[in-house]
Amino acid sequence: MTNIRLPSILDPVAIIGKKFLDIIKLIGGVGLLLSDTFFWGIIAPLSGKFPDRKSIEKQLIDEGVNSVPIVGLLSFTVGLILAMQTSFNLEKLGAATYFPALVAVATVRELGPLISSIIISGRVGASIAAELGTMVVAEEIDALRSMSLHPVRFLVFPRVIALFIMLPCLAMLANVASIAGAFVFGASTLDMSFASFKQMAFEYMTDTDVWTGLLKAAVFSFLISGISCYNGLTVTGGAEGVGRATTRSVVFSIFAIIIADGIFTAVFYYLLKL
Amino acid sequence: MIIPELGPPKENIIVKANNLVKEFEGRRVLDNVSFEVKKGEVLVIMGGSGCGKSTTLRILIGLEKADEGDVWLFNENITAYDDKQFDAIRKRFGVLFQSGALFNSMTVGENVSLPLHQHTELDENVIQIIMRMKLEMVGLTGFEHLKPAEISGGMKKRVGLARAIALDPELVFYDEPSAGLDPVMSAVIDELILDLKKKMNITSVVVTHHMDSAFKIADKMVMLYQGRVLAYGTPDEIRNSDDPVVQQFISGSADGPIPYRTSRDLYLQTLAGIAEERIDTR
Repeated sequence: MTNIRLPSILDPVAIIGKKFLDIIKLIGGVGLLLSDTFFWGIIAPLSGKFPDRKSIEKQLIDEGVNSVPIVGLLSFTVGLILAMQTSFNLEKLGAATYFPALVAVATVRELGPLISSIIISGRVGASIAAELGTMVVAEEIDALRSMSLHPVRFLVFPRVIALFIMLPCLAMLANVASIAGAFVFGASTLDMSFASFKQMAFEYMTDTDVWTGLLKAAVFSFLISGISCYNGLTVTGGAEGVGRATTRSVVFSIFAIIIADGIFTAVFYYLLKL
Repeated sequence: MIIPELGPPKENIIVKANNLVKEFEGRRVLDNVSFEVKKGEVLVIMGGSGCGKSTTLRILIGLEKADEGDVWLFNENITAYDDKQFDAIRKRFGVLFQSGALFNSMTVGENVSLPLHQHTELDENVIQIIMRMKLEMVGLTGFEHLKPAEISGGMKKRVGLARAIALDPELVFYDEPSAGLDPVMSAVIDELILDLKKKMNITSVVVTHHMDSAFKIADKMVMLYQGRVLAYGTPDEIRNSDDPVVQQFISGSADGPIPYRTSRDLYLQTLAGIAEERIDTR
């Protein structure tokens, strides 16, 4: 096969073009994988082919329950930091005690789902990609296929559904922990009582703030699990490939979450004016 | 050398490959490979690294598609089968992968009973009995509660074999069953293959380049070289072949038509950037 060598001045164009094609390939691949997952989760059970319950239970614990400490702790810290920042700046306007409202609304609308999703990208996304990638290298995926056991049904669907259930729960935990962190700041530095903090925090919060945040978390769960499973299942090149897939999963998941968050914000709060 | 007839298989032929061609990125890795396997026979596919053995196996078990040619399993032309169509055929054969390919999150017993849980309606007690029987057949009674990480490489292969025969298949494919094993364990695996043939009349297709094992277990042998069938016949025919490549391979000699390295002149030209590296042994 003859290789056509482009002039070196076009190398940056070729590099950008290749990166763009890689992203398109990733989006297409993840889309196909998620549609296959929906088939095994919704259509296949109608003909008696149910997913493995034990796998789903294991993933609920691994992805959700075991993430509680890190999500809780980091969200608490973020709430504390946010309270400090907002109170400091509101003090210039003589409104330092209004920080609970700002923190609470910003948390349930935005930061709770976003921070919990980014944490889960790193913790769960990397784990999924590494585990599935190692299975590819060890021929375990080939073994499943050779036994007529579909890898999407046995490996991907449990991970996707478990994260879909757990991430909104973790987002809610993040909301509570962040607001708790803000309260700790208020109580310790501004002598704020629990009753006044609570009244201030929830006065401006609506149901819409909460469910839009949880809806974002549910969508982010598909992005994280889809991207991580896809990168894991398409590993090539042995251990080095597994490492690359793990890194790509975290980077692309975070990238996708933030882009999706921007789209949601524009749609919910500017288009639909929720 | 056996010259296989092309076309659909005759009675009693379990596996048949007709003129298989496969290319990867413009490189032809299989070039008109043909062979057939009778019921109860052990066919060994052998050859050096990169000759196309594993690609041939992957095409036979449906993990790859040939670019040209056709494959027949159990009198069905599976060449154009999609995954769903192939699923019914897959329950009739088992595969032992090179490293065993056990699922690390499951115990040995769970690995072996997985096909039974997924493809049968048997009671759990019956599944457990069958699982223990299969482990007993491979000499691993009592190991069902251990995890793959807690057993040796040879044991993993044997568990993989127990899993491959869990559904009492008519046909088993083996990918380098002796790879990474000591001589004793390698002999144990060979005996298991012969045992399955004798006791259960299982047809076997074994990919290996372990010559001692190959000659011990084979009824027929196919030698691949640079993607082509170089020799195809009984072990005696292969042993008595007058092809120098076959003789170098079966004797394990570094000297012969299969080069240890490229020629000195070509190597010097490559270093100086005059020639591109080529491996051309003809």
